[in-house]
Amino acid sequence: MHRNLSALAAAIAALSFGAGTAFAAGEPVIGLITKTETNPFFVKMKEGAAAEAKAKGAKLLSGAGKADGDNAGQVTAMENMIAAGAKTILITPSDSKAIIPAIKKAQEKGVMVIALDSPTDPADATDALFATDNYKAGVLIGQYAKAALAGKAPKIITLDLFPGHPVGAQRHNGFLQGFGLQSFDAKNNELAKPAEVACMADSFGDRAKAQTAMENCLQRAPDVNLVYTINEPAAAGAYNALKKAGKEKNVVIVSVDGGCEGVANVGKGVIAATSQQYPLKMASMGVAAGVDYAKSGKKVSGYTDTGVTLIAAKALPGVESKDVKTGEQLCWGKK
Amino acid sequence: MDMLKGRLPPISQLGPFIALFIACIFFALTTERFFSAENLSLILQQVMVVGVLAIGQTLIILTAGIDLSCGMVMALGSIVMTKFAADLGLPTALAVLCGLGVTVLFGLVNGLLVTMIRLPPFIVTLGTFNVAFAITQLYSQAQTITDVPDAMTWLGNTFAVGGGAVSYGVVLMIVLYLAVWAWLRETGAGRHVYAVGNNPEATRLVGIGTERVLLGVYVLAGLFYGIASLLSVARTGVGDPNAGQTENLDAITAVVLGGTSLFGGRGVILGSLAGAVVVGVLRNGLTLMGVSSVYQVLVTGILVILAVSVDQLSRKSVR
Repeated sequence: MHRNLSALAAAIAALSFGAGTAFAAGEPVIGLITKTETNPFFVKMKEGAAAEAKAKGAKLLSGAGKADGDNAGQVTAMENMIAAGAKTILITPSDSKAIIPAIKKAQEKGVMVIALDSPTDPADATDALFATDNYKAGVLIGQYAKAALAGKAPKIITLDLFPGHPVGAQRHNGFLQGFGLQSFDAKNNELAKPAEVACMADSFGDRAKAQTAMENCLQRAPDVNLVYTINEPAAAGAYNALKKAGKEKNVVIVSVDGGCEGVANVGKGVIAATSQQYPLKMASMGVAAGVDYAKSGKKVSGYTDTGVTLIAAKALPGVESKDVKTGEQLCWGKK
Repeated sequence: MDMLKGRLPPISQLGPFIALFIACIFFALTTERFFSAENLSLILQQVMVVGVLAIGQTLIILTAGIDLSCGMVMALGSIVMTKFAADLGLPTALAVLCGLGVTVLFGLVNGLLVTMIRLPPFIVTLGTFNVAFAITQLYSQAQTITDVPDAMTWLGNTFAVGGGAVSYGVVLMIVLYLAVWAWLRETGAGRHVYAVGNNPEATRLVGIGTERVLLGVYVLAGLFYGIASLLSVARTGVGDPNAGQTENLDAITAVVLGGTSLFGGRGVILGSLAGAVVVGVLRNGLTLMGVSSVYQVLVTGILVILAVSVDQLSRKSVR
């Protein structure tokens, strides 16, 4: 009777975040909470986690906030998953600070919490972090841009994320550092603005907003020769604006992500180079760690760099990069 | 009906044009590149999507309603257009018609729920907002549609006018505004829209079918959202499943800045165009000055409060 009741409770809990299937006792249960259900980056993260869970005989529950920044939705998902018996929670925090009390509560119940893709603030609030080194991702495209300009004086437009986001700051500052310009270190959340940066604008990582921002920046800096973009949709928007102004030939666009659409745009010459990250790997490593914890009781700890690779259509001397074909095989939109 | 009395526009209707004028003078004095044909035509291109959404939104707000779903319906329309052309291989014109059909259908559903079941427009369109968002994501699988036929982006092409380049989409937007302005002003049906917003009871008593007027307004709004879908495809060159998320409130902001009363029955459609352009001017001008775009959000917020306050105060003085 008791068992039936708790199974029922677990099933109800599971239903409430959309994972409607019951699960056998003894299987390690792992919860994956992404920022949203719809962003392709997180969709693929979920696929990676599901594949690894299947291979390792674990049960994966997944949930998400309603929109980027929806902390309450993530907290609800976490509570429901723990009620359903999850011993490991993998989470991409929407709000790096506000999620921490919920994480503490989970840990008090013996749940291991691993942050994927972006850290909490402070980062040691989770047991471990599996993520891209975003500063390094920026450095790589900065170095490539320097080689691509081949000694020309840079006149730069940066299309950033939005103010105050650590990932936005790390990529921006890393890019400037890689180019050899005045910049801040990886811990600084402010965006550096050396004299070579003619215009800075927020794109929110959105294609249409990036296009508008780029058009406005082109009015301010018509003789731009280098554009840094926070992600590949922003890069596509920037290219569209350049093309309409008839300037797409003389401007180098660099970006970060390595999604399939982005890599295809590297192949088409829209983006000169992009730093590719690996959400599938973050998720599968997280699931593996969760299974390990369920079996041996051993937690993982600290930061694990899930790697970043520079993808460029044209290899340049002194900069290590992989070609578009390799990028397409690894791009996070595919397996 | 008091809107037929006295042809002098009240301050709430001149407000947006005054704000636009002041903003333009300010930026012309502080930045050298602002007042060029090229830059000004750019601003119009940047506001054409929100501008056309705001036409539909104005009609609905004039009836004392509101439409929270407009941006999402637009996104769905643009996904349907691009996907029907790219995946199903439909000819461009047919694919565009299908997209328009979907947005009109959403307008019809909104209108039927508002008139037949008498649900508040706020709740109805909150529901259809979510429905349209979900269908957009499911149907597109959250993937951008990039292989859009050239003909579908024709409205994004430009022709030269005195040093600037105006896109056909901007011309279309202006023509639509003038047409709707004339329709609202000069035709019986147009005046009925105001009447329904002013006093639905009295309107019914004089023998006007208020429900037919309301339903017509929602359907017509759906058509304008569909045109906005096409403009959005033309501007970005893709079908973007993440489009429209801020355009909902941007369109309402343009209408409110334009001096149309949220209580219905009062307002001039051309004000909404000015409202949309003010936001574009602020964003562009502040970027040219090298100021963070957050200040555009700040100034827009203050202007919205000003506009609503002016409307409220002028309402009191009428009574």
